[in-house]
Amino acid sequence: MAAPEFDVPELKEFRTIPRLAPDVMAHSKPHVASEKINEAIGFPGELVENWQEKAIEKMGDLLGKYRSLKVYLDSCVHCGACTDKCHYFLGTGDPKNMPVARQDLLRNVYRRYFTPAGKLFPKLVGAKDLTRDVLDDWYRYFNQCSECRRCSVFCPYGIDTAEITMAGRAIMDSIGLGQKYSNEILGKVNRIGNNLGLPGPALEDTLLGLEEDVKEDTGVDVKFPLDVKGAEVLLITPSADFFAEPHIDSLIGYAKVFHAAGISWTLSSKASEAGNFGLFNGSYEMMRKVALRIREAALELGSKRIVVGECGHAWRVAYSYWNTLTGVGAGGDDPFARQLQSQLDQRYKQPMHICEFTWDLIQRDVLKFDKEANDHRIVTFHDSCNVARASRMGDTPGGQFEIPRNIIKTVANKYFEMPHGTTHEQTFCCGGGGGVLTDELTEIRVKGALPRMEALNHVVQANGVNFMATICAICKAQFTKVLPYYKFNRGMVGGVHQLVSTAIQLGDK
Amino acid sequence: MTAATIFFAVLFYAATVILVAGLAYKIVDYARTPAPLKIPTTPAPTTNGGVALRMLREVALFESLFKSNLWIWVFAILFHGALLLVLMRHLRYFTEPVWFWVGWVQPFGLYAGFAMVAGLLGLWARRFLVERIRYISTPSDHLMLALLAGIGGSGLAMKFLMHTDIVAVKAFFLGLMRFDIQPLPSHPGLYIHLTLVALLMIVFPMSKLLHAPGVFFSPTRNQADNPREKRHLAPWAAELDAKN
Ligand code: HEM
Ligand code: SF4
Ligand code: SF4
Repeated sequence: MAAPEFDVPELKEFRTIPRLAPDVMAHSKPHVASEKINEAIGFPGELVENWQEKAIEKMGDLLGKYRSLKVYLDSCVHCGACTDKCHYFLGTGDPKNMPVARQDLLRNVYRRYFTPAGKLFPKLVGAKDLTRDVLDDWYRYFNQCSECRRCSVFCPYGIDTAEITMAGRAIMDSIGLGQKYSNEILGKVNRIGNNLGLPGPALEDTLLGLEEDVKEDTGVDVKFPLDVKGAEVLLITPSADFFAEPHIDSLIGYAKVFHAAGISWTLSSKASEAGNFGLFNGSYEMMRKVALRIREAALELGSKRIVVGECGHAWRVAYSYWNTLTGVGAGGDDPFARQLQSQLDQRYKQPMHICEFTWDLIQRDVLKFDKEANDHRIVTFHDSCNVARASRMGDTPGGQFEIPRNIIKTVANKYFEMPHGTTHEQTFCCGGGGGVLTDELTEIRVKGALPRMEALNHVVQANGVNFMATICAICKAQFTKVLPYYKFNRGMVGGVHQLVSTAIQLGDK
Repeated sequence: MTAATIFFAVLFYAATVILVAGLAYKIVDYARTPAPLKIPTTPAPTTNGGVALRMLREVALFESLFKSNLWIWVFAILFHGALLLVLMRHLRYFTEPVWFWVGWVQPFGLYAGFAMVAGLLGLWARRFLVERIRYISTPSDHLMLALLAGIGGSGLAMKFLMHTDIVAVKAFFLGLMRFDIQPLPSHPGLYIHLTLVALLMIVFPMSKLLHAPGVFFSPTRNQADNPREKRHLAPWAAELDAKN
């Protein structure tokens, strides 16, 4: 790691609310997407000439399509309850990273162009013309929000800044001011089938390599099947699981679970990506398009169940949106939904999270573990925002907290919780979600990780924790990068199924 | 009939029309705008009954605010609870005979006037004392608090400092409701109080006071967490399915 060009915040025993430091993060912005990247996914290549007019037009369009946007832009009373809830504010002190101030960047323009008060008395209500300065602020601060929804937990009206950020990004995309990282990935997933641009043959090679590795390790023929028609389960997992560290260890964990349970499964080369960056850009159409590949793969392969690997925003899209977008789910009474839903085995939840899948097998006593195999690890669990605040597992509210913890406690002996107020629905984002996981945003990513690092430090000091388990590909990548800045070992982070993988007994050696 | 009587009669008719029509417009607009995706902030209730309970807790107890900031919650509950009592107490000016329960709240309504102003001053103080809240406050945030504190202050002044003929005030408002205008007592305190109230009614549908209807339409709070079991589809989104 090269020496950072910024000061890494120091870890404190108790979290403190920083003093305001206006514009300290004004220099932070992601690379703008090139003409080629934007045009490949149907956006104008560069900032259009009449961008102002077009932006307002797009805002009007979104206001008519999204009740959340309309109600949230009207309802904020500036009470200030959310001002100290965002990890990016806590890590930087930049007031525009306070959720309400971030919203106000859009709200002020909304007031000016869409409300009588803002048209007549702009100064009084803080309404602003959409100038180049305002647009620049949008580009900066809507790309310093990880759409983690922590603020929405605490707002008395549930105002979700993520909805505002998504609208802001959708408007910017529509006028040619797209963000390179996300838009490039969207191009790849549309063209090739996954965010990494890993083509089918390369994927096949990787999976064969994994089979050899696992065989060497365990002596057991654990398979990693690809494009198998008629397999019971279609596994959709983030493409990082195919080669990134520590992600790959969880993929091995899933494969061992399928193997031990004797359930046939397959990956798909067409739908080799659970991630869906259409979410981050607030584009329903884009999100739907990416998700449709999964529907098509399921129909082609004749899968009975769809299971989703460890990825936070992917699980949000799968759990909350797939039924809406593509009919993966139940209860649809239209031909589009019925086509797939009649094929899926409705005795099971559709889609199902890999943790729900594994926990169900554990409860039915199908899996056996050697818990002591994890004894070198003292484990804690980081709740990923999109799992915690935008989805569920199991049958009851809060299952998304209990099920992964239950699995961990089944496969490992030493487990400790991070402090209250930093877990469950109040969890702090890793600092890299929502489309900011790119190198040019390293500073905000490191600073945004501060609250989580402080919570982690707590259990490291008190309990000797040396492993932070999580179920999100972005969290894993982000922590691997950020942990060293805070003098932690980058190998501390890993997946829940990595722990499963270590302890599971495959039996048929 | 004095000029003042006519002025206030016209003012209140106008304010009522703006308040009712403005709110109706906003509510219909919120209701008609689709929520295309399931976005309840989880953990969330899985049934509609559960959602109703969650909403009740938000509206009656300010549950989320309680979790986020105790000071704001204290002042907010003080202000809104008192406002509710004060509004109930004021119903006696609009009902004849006075509904029995409006009679019961009279004594509480009186203290509520002080509580309301205290709550408002607490909220206002935060706008000066807390750096973060000072940063986000706009002139209209201050004016809104001034308006409400002014209404509360002038009301209390009439009760305790310079009485007005409330029997005549009641006759005026009952008259307005029957389109039979009665004289309004000439009283500076009353004029101030009523002007501010009319102003509040007028700004209500075009200001942040829309949080009152807004909270009921907030998708993160009013949606049930059941996306796997039920297909949720907005009309504009359903059109996309037809093309596949
Ligand atoms: C469904 C009914 C309502 C609910 C659930 C509600 C809830 C809230 C909450 C939670 C706050 C934030 C905390 C605070 O700053 O006090 C707030 C603020 C406020 N409410 Fe309400 N409210 C309702 C109706 C009203 C009405 C009818 C009025 C006035 C006529 C009103 C006036 C205000 C004002 C002025 C503020 C901002 C206070 C400030 O500047 O700090 N509210 N409301
Ligand atoms: S969604 Fe998360 S990152 Fe965005 S403003 Fe809210 S707390 Fe901050
Ligand atoms: S908590 Fe909600 S109402 Fe209060 S300032 Fe933040 S967004 Fe606005």
